[in-house]
Amino acid sequence: MPGLEHYLVLSGIVFCIGLYGALSKRNMITVLMSVELMFTGVTIAAVSMSRYIAPAVVLANPNDTGIILNSVLTGQAFALFIITVAAAEVAVGLAIVIAAYRIRKSVDVTELSEMRY
Amino acid sequence: MPAFEVIVWYNVAAGVVLASLMVIHLKDLFKAALFLALTFLTVVGLFILLRAEFLAVVQLLIYVGAISILVIFAVMLTRDVHEGNPFNRLRMPAMTVSSLLLATIVYAVASANWTKLPELTSGSAIHKVFGDTTANLGTVLLNDYALAIEISAVLLVSAIIGAIVLVKER
Repeated sequence: MPGLEHYLVLSGIVFCIGLYGALSKRNMITVLMSVELMFTGVTIAAVSMSRYIAPAVVLANPNDTGIILNSVLTGQAFALFIITVAAAEVAVGLAIVIAAYRIRKSVDVTELSEMRY
Repeated sequence: MPAFEVIVWYNVAAGVVLASLMVIHLKDLFKAALFLALTFLTVVGLFILLRAEFLAVVQLLIYVGAISILVIFAVMLTRDVHEGNPFNRLRMPAMTVSSLLLATIVYAVASANWTKLPELTSGSAIHKVFGDTTANLGTVLLNDYALAIEISAVLLVSAIIGAIVLVKER
């Protein structure tokens, strides 16, 4: 059976692929897509934690459905908020890409250096 | 059928990794955006295997349905055919940093002493919680995270207003 370690390593792989793309690409849209990949990796980690990790309070009360509910589904609630923030982020990010393309006629991040000094 | 679940897991995991590698690797931005959609679609399979059915549907609706389309729209609006998808000067440092981070993550995951949930035997309280995650997630969200839900509504509204202001013609 694939366990917690499998999911965490998979989420780490996806996160690092996203990090590599976000740091090394010149196209703004690719950078945004890589940031989305990083969000996805974090979401996988949160959901797998909620499925496999037991807080001490659950192990102390193995038959109390209320306690298990509140502490076990926290990871899924966090994943839901990560998805919300990612949706807001991609809307604003793509608006910035469109605005920069309209002004500069380019989506190259290495050319956008006005705020460098 | 645990063997069947193992086969499904390895197929889905290979799909996630390959599709996300293609997002970085492909020269054509449009195809890269399509592979981003494929990555999100395979993550839906992971969520179903993790008994997060509601999150799987949310992922399908928001990521596969909305964010991928938004990215494809942006690719088409700003398309630079001869530019492609080049690397900047930071390619080797970026690869070093992300490989080191991945090695650290794998080492930390392998060496940590996790406290795991008991097995999902039928009739146990944990089985009850994971048997109907959609209703239970709704209960948790509207009790413990009600304030966070209100704040995320404000966040989404401000994101919409910000996007409109940014792309408005002056």
